Amino acid sequence: MKKLILFFFLFFFVSTVAAKEIIVCHECEISSIKQAVELAVSGDTIRIKKGLYKEYEIEIIGKSLTIIGEDYPVIDAEMKGTAFKIKADDFSIEGLHIKNIGTSHTSDNAAILVSRSKNFSIKNNRLSNIFFGILLERSENGIIEGNIIRSKARSQANSGNGIHVWHSKELIIEDNDVQGVRDGIYLEFANNCDIINNVCKENLRYGLHFMFSDHNRYLENLFENNGAGVAVMYSKFIEMERNLFRKNWGSASYGLLLKEINDATLKHNIFEDNTIAISADNTNRIDYLENDFISNGYAIRIRGACYKNVFRRNNFLANSFDVAYTGNINENEFSRNYWSDYTGYDLNKDGIGDVPFRPVKLFSYLVNTTPEAIILLRSMFIGLLDFSEKVSPVFTPAELVDPQPKMKKIKW
Amino acid sequence: MFKILKYSFFDLVRSSWSYVYFFFYLLLGTTLLFLNNDLSTAVITLMNVIIMLVPLIGTIFGVMYYYNSREFTELLLAQPVKRSSIFLGQYLGVAISLSLSLVIGLGLPFVAYGLFKSPAIWDFIMLLITGLFLTLIFSALAFNIALSNENKIKGFGFAILMWLFLAVIYDGLFLLSLVYFQEYPLDKFSLVATMFNPIDLSRILILLKLDISALLSYTGAVFKEFFGTPVGAFASLGMLVVWVILPLFRISRVVKKKDF
Repeated sequence: MKKLILFFFLFFFVSTVAAKEIIVCHECEISSIKQAVELAVSGDTIRIKKGLYKEYEIEIIGKSLTIIGEDYPVIDAEMKGTAFKIKADDFSIEGLHIKNIGTSHTSDNAAILVSRSKNFSIKNNRLSNIFFGILLERSENGIIEGNIIRSKARSQANSGNGIHVWHSKELIIEDNDVQGVRDGIYLEFANNCDIINNVCKENLRYGLHFMFSDHNRYLENLFENNGAGVAVMYSKFIEMERNLFRKNWGSASYGLLLKEINDATLKHNIFEDNTIAISADNTNRIDYLENDFISNGYAIRIRGACYKNVFRRNNFLANSFDVAYTGNINENEFSRNYWSDYTGYDLNKDGIGDVPFRPVKLFSYLVNTTPEAIILLRSMFIGLLDFSEKVSPVFTPAELVDPQPKMKKIKW
Repeated sequence: MFKILKYSFFDLVRSSWSYVYFFFYLLLGTTLLFLNNDLSTAVITLMNVIIMLVPLIGTIFGVMYYYNSREFTELLLAQPVKRSSIFLGQYLGVAISLSLSLVIGLGLPFVAYGLFKSPAIWDFIMLLITGLFLTLIFSALAFNIALSNENKIKGFGFAILMWLFLAVIYDGLFLLSLVYFQEYPLDKFSLVATMFNPIDLSRILILLKLDISALLSYTGAVFKEFFGTPVGAFASLGMLVVWVILPLFRISRVVKKKDF
């Protein structure tokens, strides 16, 4: 027993001694981060004091370091390359301000590049004027939290993504704020990631972008005024809940763009003032439950090859077009939604309208073929046309009905 | 002219039709607000009503008043009063009393509901402005038709037809031409075609306040540039003014020569 206590004591002693702290500042013995990284061994902490450090290509390979910035020291890469290149397990980077990452067409310059790493955290950093912000490749089990990323992307070809994840898994991306890059958060071949409570605004292309990424969840994020809010492409088993998609508008803008998606759930999301709230192309087995579509141009636009999608208990409020539909009905189902355009009645007072609602209007069909016809929006003639189409559908798919429209807005 | 305006105005204000009109709007506004519980959706629904009903009521009222006050007009013509001022006075009497019913009838429930604290106030004001213009335009057009037709039935028929044409048929033809010529660039054409119909024009003006996002994305750059700028807004309001002035001009010209 005594031996055991002694052993523990020794172990504790050794480990506290081993984990030394290196302080970097302009007046200190060690005045550059590179130098500090070279001196450090696994388990060390590097504390960077306030100041301007003109450094780039800081490589951390195989060392589990804790890098802490005090009062946001500025690391200026002077447009010359990547600031941090990390290939290590169990490291963390916190409280740095990294700026001026140059655009390159041959290499993916990033503020923080992480490759083949595990168990890391990147927290509360500020990145500004960057090409790529945080770039992860072949990594797993990381936390990216509370980073503020700002840039001024002008064209898609000359700009990078805020948080770019490639071939990684089990990441938590939380509370980040990404503005003015190409894609706010980009995931390619990334599985089992949680994307929670981030803000993506004013990005050139998408707020959040999935490619070939399965089993991910994104919850409680805000996507505002991006080229498109979220694009989910070629992915399976995605959970999208409690997100807010706002003001993504423009001639090619969407709130949520779904392409070749299977088995996803959308629940409790709010879509407000988007040109097209959801554009679905080639999507199968998607459940849209209890979402709010408010004042969008199109609430849902289905572009064909969509099978077995279920729209249930959603609120469609004051959208110019609730549903635009191309192709056959294909076992897609609308039921028990609330449509603010619904004009039917409820004789037995069970809260469900007695007359089925047809969400596709003739006018939306016309506008698909002749875009200029939109100028007749809400004219009386169009009202008559829509009415006659509603009574006896000719152009719009006859089976596309909500047989049980709700009489009152659904509270969820 | 103002004396005649005053007489026609008070005559109309005392008539039950003005009250019917007034109470109709009051009821409409109140029920809409109670049903919707939301100012901005109420404004959208109200737009559909205004676009359709205000011109219709303006037309019918104008024609009716002209034919009904014919004896009074003949009496006035025997007096040393300028002809144009007789008719313009009568016209203004009708137009103003109708406008008052509209503004007060709709305004009261909305103000009671708390319009001044809502961001929808500008939409609502736009709604009232276009409603006023439509009243002015369609009662002027109605006076024109009544002046040119001695036969009451014919006059009513033409007036209704004119309303039907501008409110419904015009859009039908418009849509038909858009679909038929869809191979060609249609932006400028549709812009001009909209300007030539006061109902369409008012509809667009209100829509720009409401569904602007949906509109912008699918009409192409011409609409966006034109209606989005102050120039576009002024041009469209100017067009509405022209729609008021032209019929009035014709009234004053016709009555100068006309035998009664």
